[in-house]
Amino acid sequence: MFLTIGTTSAGLGAPATDLGFLLHKNPARPQSMEVAGGTVHVFYPEATDERCTVAVLLEVDPIALVRSGRGRAAEGFTLGQYVNDRPYAASSLLAVAVGKLFRTAMIGRCDARPELTTRPILLDIHVPALPCRGGATMAERLFSPLGWSVDAQPVPLDPEIPAWGDSRYVDLRLRGELRLADALHHLYVMLPVLDDAKHYWVGSDEVDKLVRAGEGWLGAHPDRELISRRYLAHRKRLTDSALEALDRLVESDGVEVETSPDEPIAEVGDDLAGDSEQPVSLAVQRRTAVVELLREIGARRVADLGCGEGVLVAQLLKDSSFTEVVATDVSARALTYAERRLHVDEMSDRKRERLRLFQSSVTYADARLADLDAAVLMEVIEHVDPPRLPALAHAVFGAARPGNVVVTTPNSEHNVRFETLPAGAFRHPDHRFEWTRAEFQDWATSVCAAYGYDVSFRPVGPDDPEVGPPTQLALFRLKEAV
Amino acid sequence: MDRIGIPALSLVVLIGVSGSGKSSFARKHFLGTEVISSDFCRGLVSDDENDQAASKDAFEVLNFIAAKRLAAGRLTVIDATSVQPESRKQLVALAREYDVLPVAIVLDVPERVAIDRNALRPDRQFGPQVVQRQRQQLRRGLRNLKREGFRSVHVLDSVEAIDAVSIERTRLFNDLTDQTGPFDIIGDVHGCRAELEQLLGRLGYTITRDADGRPIDAAYGGSRAGAEPAGDPGAASVAGAEPEAEPAGDPARRVVFVGDLVDRGPDTPGVLRLVMGMVASGNAFCVPGNHEDKLLKALRGKKVKLSHGLEESLAQLAAEPAEFRADVEKFIDGLISHYVLDGGNLVVSHAGLVERMHGRTSGRVRAFCLYGETTGETDEFGLPVRYPWANDYRGRAMVVYGHTPTPVPEWINNTICLDTGCVFGGSLTALRYPERELVSVEAIEQYYEPAKPLHTATAPGREPDVLDITDVTGRRVIETATHGRLSIRAEQAGAALEVMSRFAIDPRFLLYLPPTMSPVATSPIPGVLEHPVQAFEAYKAEGVTELVCEEKHMGSRAVVLLTRDDDVAEKRFGLAGRGAVHTRTGRSFFDTTLTDELLLRLRAVASEAGLFDELDTSWLLLDAELLPWSAKAIELLKNQYAAVGAAARTSLPAAMVGLESAVAAGLDVGDLLARTQRRTVNAELFSAAYRRYCWPTEGLDGVRIAPFQVLASEGTTYEEKPHAWHLAIADRLVAAGPALVTATRRLFVDLDSWEAGIAWWEELTAAGGEGMVVKPAANLVRTKKGLAQPGLKVRGREYLRIIYGPDYTEPANFDRLRNRNLGHKRSMALREYALGLESLNRAARGEPLWRIHETVFAVLALESEPVDPRL
Repeated sequence: MFLTIGTTSAGLGAPATDLGFLLHKNPARPQSMEVAGGTVHVFYPEATDERCTVAVLLEVDPIALVRSGRGRAAEGFTLGQYVNDRPYAASSLLAVAVGKLFRTAMIGRCDARPELTTRPILLDIHVPALPCRGGATMAERLFSPLGWSVDAQPVPLDPEIPAWGDSRYVDLRLRGELRLADALHHLYVMLPVLDDAKHYWVGSDEVDKLVRAGEGWLGAHPDRELISRRYLAHRKRLTDSALEALDRLVESDGVEVETSPDEPIAEVGDDLAGDSEQPVSLAVQRRTAVVELLREIGARRVADLGCGEGVLVAQLLKDSSFTEVVATDVSARALTYAERRLHVDEMSDRKRERLRLFQSSVTYADARLADLDAAVLMEVIEHVDPPRLPALAHAVFGAARPGNVVVTTPNSEHNVRFETLPAGAFRHPDHRFEWTRAEFQDWATSVCAAYGYDVSFRPVGPDDPEVGPPTQLALFRLKEAV
Repeated sequence: MDRIGIPALSLVVLIGVSGSGKSSFARKHFLGTEVISSDFCRGLVSDDENDQAASKDAFEVLNFIAAKRLAAGRLTVIDATSVQPESRKQLVALAREYDVLPVAIVLDVPERVAIDRNALRPDRQFGPQVVQRQRQQLRRGLRNLKREGFRSVHVLDSVEAIDAVSIERTRLFNDLTDQTGPFDIIGDVHGCRAELEQLLGRLGYTITRDADGRPIDAAYGGSRAGAEPAGDPGAASVAGAEPEAEPAGDPARRVVFVGDLVDRGPDTPGVLRLVMGMVASGNAFCVPGNHEDKLLKALRGKKVKLSHGLEESLAQLAAEPAEFRADVEKFIDGLISHYVLDGGNLVVSHAGLVERMHGRTSGRVRAFCLYGETTGETDEFGLPVRYPWANDYRGRAMVVYGHTPTPVPEWINNTICLDTGCVFGGSLTALRYPERELVSVEAIEQYYEPAKPLHTATAPGREPDVLDITDVTGRRVIETATHGRLSIRAEQAGAALEVMSRFAIDPRFLLYLPPTMSPVATSPIPGVLEHPVQAFEAYKAEGVTELVCEEKHMGSRAVVLLTRDDDVAEKRFGLAGRGAVHTRTGRSFFDTTLTDELLLRLRAVASEAGLFDELDTSWLLLDAELLPWSAKAIELLKNQYAAVGAAARTSLPAAMVGLESAVAAGLDVGDLLARTQRRTVNAELFSAAYRRYCWPTEGLDGVRIAPFQVLASEGTTYEEKPHAWHLAIADRLVAAGPALVTATRRLFVDLDSWEAGIAWWEELTAAGGEGMVVKPAANLVRTKKGLAQPGLKVRGREYLRIIYGPDYTEPANFDRLRNRNLGHKRSMALREYALGLESLNRAARGEPLWRIHETVFAVLALESEPVDPRL
């Protein structure tokens, strides 16, 4: 991973080599330093009175990175921790190295040339391989407001396989007249923000670091929220061996590892909110609809099958008319997050007694789900491969056999109303199908015939006269035994 | 009283006042672990055996332990005073809950004896009034013990009687575990005497007739009429009960009747006469059906509703002499609810039996055996809806039963119903045990109108193969034929549950997951991580010298379930479709349409090659490689491998430009420049390595299959067939379908031809090949140390770049990477291999779905172990 920062005598208003004073690095003496992840080298490809460029080359030691546990924290126990772009791409490791190399310069101190620290100088920055989530336009969007002119060229994935298109890297050149300390702070914050991958150095003081590094510019940045969110969003990944196990299994199939991301990927449409017509997001409307329905049918013992991180469960626990709340998910990781979100450890005994949280699967019969008044499958069925739906129907309607079953699923007819959603695409990458209202009703009817339920349907969200509501809901009620 | 007989499985309750000598008595007659004393439990919870305040907790502990023992089928003795009816009531309830017989043994010693004994013990300084009170309670309750529910009550009313008594454990009546068969188990006869005679004849039995020509006995092969009775458990345990003159290779067979001999049919007395004769002569066992139960009540003059054919039986029996009716009454009265036979491998009961009731005795067990369990609902014909207990059955024993007419007997989880509705015009069916063969004769006519038509007796299609979460989760221990007992940890199962549920195909098509394979030991050659010599040496050390080197294809491991015709999948696996093509974690490579198209083409190839005929099977399971790798792993290739190449291609040259300028300017960064130059080359080699695994595919165009092993077919597995056989079949598939099927190149080597093997590997990998796998030529090999590794992979230098990273060949990296710990990987490879073979064998044998799925799931669970993924 590599970057250069250059200036000229005209740009500096002094001999260009004075850049060395500003950076506290002697242009005549290359320097190496051990940093997190490897060794950082600083040297000057050119250092004349006219032009001066400093280069930072971080030689990542991938093996040491894995052994120190840093790679493991980021990648889980997968091949990805051994073969990844860290040795080449300008990510958070480089930002950390820059912060360490130029600590004094970032404070803005230069006893030899104090006048240079306060003055904007013309700088040329080159980051040849910058991982950039959001592409070249995102680099432009984040750097431009800070006074940089931005040239970000997408890097092809493989020039010999042009069909694969561009990679997530850009070849970034920044040019601008800024204080050097500010420029360094921009890099320090923006490299990890644009990478938007995992940090290696997440600590409790992360907020302080951002506040310090962002002083004087972040507050006025139009995308300050995006920057803060990306910078701080990466929760420390669970390193529980049981959870890594999943990554291994999924990777061994040659599929992308990010199947169960720390940050659940929001479904398209779920975050639509804020305008006058939809004061609350679809996800909230859906949960509200489900909870109200459960109250309406007088359910007391309820289960959220596929509870994810437990958002609905939290809402159910708030209402003491639900005397027992069962929360299941097939993902052990999701359950761990749910336990945290619900603060199970700190729950009062009384509340704790109402909650049962355990791993289960909707394709296996599970006796622990017997005798429920209602089971909720909220945005679950579309994550099940169609050939496995009969097993789901059997496990839920045949084996668990609750008095009521509430199923919600996207209404695919409504997808045309989502401007950001390409035609024919699903709302979430893990969706195996999305049904029209007719398709959903066909399935529901066949389930009823097989397992002795009656079904009725309701819209969730604004019921578009043409394409229907964004979410469709079915309420199944067990027919009385003959 | 000198001798007390107590059933081998029972709850023995010792009753007596404090100081009556219960603990000494228990020590004398029972194992220490069989006895649970309330004093001991008091000590457990309060550190004081006499702390009466701890009694409540102590009895909870006592009940808990007793429950665990009874659930496991172990005789249990309760050593507590149990002088109060309330405390005994709890124990009787416990015995009933686990369907074991409660037995009371009362130690009734004179008050003085008990008081004196207590006085001698410093920890029992509670005055004589305690004993007196206890004795009064005991005396009051003594008479009622039977009524309280104790099956037998033994009162020892003096110190002498207590000292003199001995205890004998008696075998339960239902315990015929020492009867190993073979058996012919016959379904519901319902008075169809003619069909029964026919069936017995077809099964190879010779019928003996009385002076009037009426059948009174039947013996297998005709030579065994009059064998010693075996129906009496007492006699059955006598050594040498087996007949001496038994023709070799043709062991004497016996019949087991599943009950419902009577009612509806034309000759109930005739059937009874024959069956009673066979049971008396030891040629048959018989369990009662609900119809016998009803008939017995009627014969005893109780008021019963004359329905469901009972009227016909009574009319027919009325024509018989009174002594015959008396014999029938006695016969039915003596029938045992169910039998556990052949070391516990076979259970016969009229209406089936859940596992927890096998070998148990209680009114509840008898009711289940006779009537089954009903859901309380009735169907559209007004008949009770039966609880489908067999769907949940997970027991080891085969359960054979009748009771519910069905057109064709079907196996559900190692259970089978043999009632094929003979009296309704169906057939009379027998199951040969242990052969699992069905033999039946058609009904001569319909003797009785069924309440609902026979052909709708079962739901359309078969019962779903229901998998339960407890079939796969939690800590599991699986017995494998090749590698002993293997355990799976709960968290491994948890990880597998998610992958199986979210990504895998229907378990009915998922018969096998391939095991992981260990690489060879690290080569001592500088710069070479893996080399064939280590594979050859490893096998030589185990005494395996005949080896085969197989080319490692540059694709994805694929398991192909192939069917011969479009109706095979539904019939054999209960699932529509043509089969499956799945990955090593059970995920389908393609959507249903493409999968079915691929299977259709492969079916044509296999048919053309004559494989289905040769292996005499309707389905085949093939181990193969699907090419190219990019067909499945395109996302991984792009996002992980190509991305690394792109980042390197952009950053390293830029760094080189900077370093070259710096060197030109006289700075001392020459080493760094040289290193960066090498890394630039490495990155290009890395990109070249992954590019070999990519070629464009569109639908199935460009997709190729390289089979290298036949895993299983109906009734057979092939792990003992040498690889030469497997590869010859692969070659025939290539010949039959060269456009789709790719050959696996191979080289056979022995001790003398290692050099050729090395040269071949060098040639393969120099051309960019992934490498090769070295396997014992004989396939499955057992050595003195156990199973030999089924294969060792020897990967090429360039291929390893995409595993160990572009710069793995740099000396600074290489020396650290050489330290590979292979032990865990090897152990995993063997365990997964054994589990794989186990699932193949279970699938080929047609075992219940949950048994196959258990082992398939276990492979996936083991794969989640944190082993170095580069191995």
